[in-house]
Amino acid sequence: MNDLVASIPFLGKRHPAVARWGTLALIILAPILAGYFGRTWIRVLDFALLYMLLALGLNLVVGFAGLLDLGYIAFYAVGAYTWAFLASPHFELHWPIWAILPLGAGFAALAGIILGFPVLRLRGDYLAIVTLGFGEIVRIFLNNLNYPVNITNGPQGINGLDPLVLFGWDLSRTLRLGDFQIHSLYLYYYFFLLCVAGAVILIHRLQISRIGRAWAAMRDDELAAKAIGIDTRAMKLLAFSLGATFGGVAGGLFGAFQGFVSPESFSLMESIAVLTMVVFGGMGNIVGVIVGALALTFLPEILRHVAVPLQQTLFGHVILDPEVLRMLLLALAMIFMMLWKPAGLVPAQARYSRPGLLARERP
Amino acid sequence: MITLLEARGVGKRFGGLTALADVSLTIRQGEVYGLIGPNGAGKTTFFNVLTGAYVPEDGEFVFEGSPLPQGKPHQVVAAGIARTFQNIRLFRELSALENVMCGHHIRTQAGVWGILTQSRQAREEERLTTERAFELLTYVGIERFADTVAKNLSYGDQRRLEIARALATEPRLLALDEPAAGMNATETGRLKSLIEQIRHDGVTVLLIEHDVKLVMGLCDRVAVLDFGKKIAEDVPAVVQQNPAVISAYLGGGKHGH
Amino acid sequence: MDILLQQIVNGLVVGSVYALIALGYTMVYGILGLINFAHGEVLMIGALTALQTLGVLERIAPDLGPLAQLAIALGVAVPVCMTLGFLMERLAYRRLRNAPRLAPLITAIGVSFLLQTVAMILWGRNYHTFPQLIPTTPLEPVSGVFITPVQITIVVVSALMMAGLLVLVNRTRLGRAMRATAENHRVASLMGVDVNAIIGATFVIGAGLAAVAGVMFASNYGIAHYAMGFLPGLKAFTAAVLGGIGNLGGAMLGGIVLGLVESLGAGYIEHLSFGFLNSSYQDIFAFIILGLVLIFRPTGLLGERVSDRA
Repeated sequence: MNDLVASIPFLGKRHPAVARWGTLALIILAPILAGYFGRTWIRVLDFALLYMLLALGLNLVVGFAGLLDLGYIAFYAVGAYTWAFLASPHFELHWPIWAILPLGAGFAALAGIILGFPVLRLRGDYLAIVTLGFGEIVRIFLNNLNYPVNITNGPQGINGLDPLVLFGWDLSRTLRLGDFQIHSLYLYYYFFLLCVAGAVILIHRLQISRIGRAWAAMRDDELAAKAIGIDTRAMKLLAFSLGATFGGVAGGLFGAFQGFVSPESFSLMESIAVLTMVVFGGMGNIVGVIVGALALTFLPEILRHVAVPLQQTLFGHVILDPEVLRMLLLALAMIFMMLWKPAGLVPAQARYSRPGLLARERP
Repeated sequence: MITLLEARGVGKRFGGLTALADVSLTIRQGEVYGLIGPNGAGKTTFFNVLTGAYVPEDGEFVFEGSPLPQGKPHQVVAAGIARTFQNIRLFRELSALENVMCGHHIRTQAGVWGILTQSRQAREEERLTTERAFELLTYVGIERFADTVAKNLSYGDQRRLEIARALATEPRLLALDEPAAGMNATETGRLKSLIEQIRHDGVTVLLIEHDVKLVMGLCDRVAVLDFGKKIAEDVPAVVQQNPAVISAYLGGGKHGH
Repeated sequence: MDILLQQIVNGLVVGSVYALIALGYTMVYGILGLINFAHGEVLMIGALTALQTLGVLERIAPDLGPLAQLAIALGVAVPVCMTLGFLMERLAYRRLRNAPRLAPLITAIGVSFLLQTVAMILWGRNYHTFPQLIPTTPLEPVSGVFITPVQITIVVVSALMMAGLLVLVNRTRLGRAMRATAENHRVASLMGVDVNAIIGATFVIGAGLAAVAGVMFASNYGIAHYAMGFLPGLKAFTAAVLGGIGNLGGAMLGGIVLGLVESLGAGYIEHLSFGFLNSSYQDIFAFIILGLVLIFRPTGLLGERVSDRA
C-alpha cells in the first residue's frame, strides 16, 4: 500500500499521509460523488472496477511476464459463461456464488494452461497472433453452440443471470436500513472495490516475490534467466494461468452484475480495450494499470455525454457516435503511448524489493 | 583429488560444421581450470553444451558422479553449475540487488499459495534471499550500488554483478566466459583476486579466457581447444611449451593463410 | 465429386486473394520483423476508396463501360493505399525500429483500429453493395463446376501481380536492395543502400497489392464495409506463416493452401464432425492451421527468411 501511495504524483512523496487518507476518502466517497451526476455514473464506476480486475490480470501476463496476450477476453468469457450456465434459468441451475466463482476461475485457469502449454514457446509476436486466434475461436463457438444442442444460446446470449448473493444478501436489491436506502449500484461498487483491493494485494505480493522477480528477469533477458536456473516455461505458464484466473473471476462478476451475457461482450475489441488500459497506464505497474482502467472507462463515457450533445448543437446531428468515439480514443491512446511514452502514464518502478531494508544497510 | 566434472566424448555439430569433437576432460574439485584456444575453437560452445543451452550429439557430462540433464538449463543450475556470459547478460532494468536475488530463485521454494498468503516460510525465505544477496554484493565489492539499476553500472561492476548473480545460485562449479574481456590491468588484477577468493571459499572455477597472463597466473590446470578438439591438457607451464599449442596460437600449419 | 471440384475452384479463388495480401505481410516481416497488423485494413480502405470512386463516376460519367470504371477505381484506390502504407511506416513504425519487440506490434494494432474507426466515420457502419462490374453469373458449367467471370479475373490478376512482384524482387535494382535490406540493415546501408527508402518502398508495394486484393475481394462478394479487412488480413497472415514468413513463394503457396483447406473444410465440416459443427465454423480453420503450423513447423512449408534486426 505504501508503495502504491508513494507513486501518486506530487503529493505522494511530500505528504504521504495526506495522499493516503485523501485517496482512501476519495475511493470510499466516489460513488456518492458520482451519484450527484446521475446513476449512470455509478454504473460506470462499477464497470471501471471490473475493468481494473481485468487489466490487473492482463498486466500479470503482459506487464510482468512480457507476454502479449491478445485473446485475454476469452478467459473473461469463460468466467461469465460459467456463471450463466450455473446460475440462470438457461439450464435451470442456481448454484451459489461460493461454488461458481471458484469454478469459473478454475475453468479460466485451465483454459489458460491448455492454451499456454503448446504456445508459450513461440516468439512474442507469434504468441500475440495465436492468442488472438484463440480468443476468436472461443467467440465463434459461443456464437454457434446453439446447434445442434443449445449450449450457449448463440448470438442472443443468456438472460436472467442470478445476481450476486452474499450470505443471503442480494446485491441487486436496494438495501433498506430504516428510512435509509442504498441503491444496488452502490452495493456492487463496494463489493467490486473489495475484490479489486484483494486483487491488488495479491498481485503486489506476487510482484515482490521470487516469482515476480523471475518474471521480471525473464522479460528482461530470457536466455540469462534460463542460465541462472529459472524454469522460464513453467514461469510463463504460471503467469498465463494466474492472469486467466483473474479474468475468470472478473467474468463471473460481470455476468452477475449485468444479468445477461452474449458473445458480443467478448470481441477482440474488448481484448484490445483492456490491453490499451494496461499500456496507457504503464505496463508492469499496478497503480498505472488502475489509473489506465479508470481513465479509459471514464473518458469514453464523458465523451458520450459531452461530445454527443455538442455535436447536436454544432451540426444539428451526431457525426461521431459514442462507440466510434470510444474506438477512436482507444486506438489513439495506444498509438500515442507507444510512440511518445512507451512506459505509460505511471511507469513501472525498477525496484521490486523493499527499500526499507536497503536504506538500513546502505553505508 | 576428487573429480567434480567429467566431460566424456562430447561432440556438437551445427549443420556441417563440427564445433566440438570428442572432447573429454576432467575438472577436479577445488581447482581453477582454464579452457583456452584461438577464436572459434569451440570454447563457448563447450559452455553452452555444458550448461544445457545446446544439446550435444555425442557424449555426456558427469557431475559429482551423476550424469547432467541435457538441454535443461535450469536443471543444470539446480545440479550446481552456474555460468556468466562473454557479453554480459544482466537483467538490465532490475537493480543490482534484485539481479542477485534472481540468482537465488533456484534455491528457494515458495509457491504461489505461500506467496499469496504470505506464509511464514515464504516471508522468512524472502528475508534470507535479500540478506544473502546483499552479502554477495559485498563479497564482490559492489554493495554500495545495491540500489542502482544494472544498466547504469560501470563495465567492471557489471562483470562483478554477473559473478555475484551466478554465485547466488550456490554453485559447486562456476563457469566464467572471458570475465576479463575489456578490462584494464587494474580491473583484471582485482578480478584475479576475486576468483582466487571464490576458489578459496570452496567453489571450483572453470575459466575461458584470452588473457594468457591471467590464465597462467590463476589456473591450476589448462586445456587447449583447437577446431573443436582438445589438443592439450596439463599444468600451465607444460601446456605453454606444447608444440601443438604454440602452432595453434601462432596460426601455423592447418590454419592456412 | 462435383462438390469437391467446386470447392477446389472456390478455394483457389479465395486462396489467390489471400496470397496477394500475404505478400504484403511477408515482405514487411521479412524486412522489419514486424507483423503489420494494419495490413488488412489497407485492403478495406482500398475497397471502400474504389467504391467511393465508382459512386462519383456514376454521377459524372455514367456512360463509361464497366472495365473503364474498374480501371479508374483501381487507379484511385491503389495510389491512395500506397500513400497510406507510406505514411504508416513513416509516421509510426519508423520511430519504433529499435524499440522492444512488443512496442511496434502494439502500435500496429492501434493503427489497425484507428483505420477501422476512420473508415467507420467516413463510410458508416453499414454494409455497402459493391457494384458488380465483372459479371458474377456463372458461366456454362464445365464437368458440373460453376465458375464466374469475376473468379477467373481474380485468379488471372493475382497471378499476374505475383509474377510482376517476383520479377521486381529478383530482377531489378530495387528488388536487390530489398533483398539486401532483408538480409541485414546495417550491411545493406554500408553497401550504399538507402535502407529507409527501401523499407518505405516495401510498405508502398505491399499496400498497392492489398488495394488490388481489396477491390477483387469486394467484387467477388459484392459487399464492402469498414471491418471487411480484419479476417482476410488475419488469414493472409496465417498464409504467410504457413508458407514460411519472409518468403515470397511461401506466401503464395500458403495463400492457395489456406484457401483450399478453408473451402474444403467448410464443405465437409458437417460430415467430419458428425453434424455437430456447420459451415459457420469456417473461420476457425485459419486459426487452427496457424496454431498448428506455429507449434509444429514454425518455419513454414518453404522455410522463413527474416532480417536479423541487428
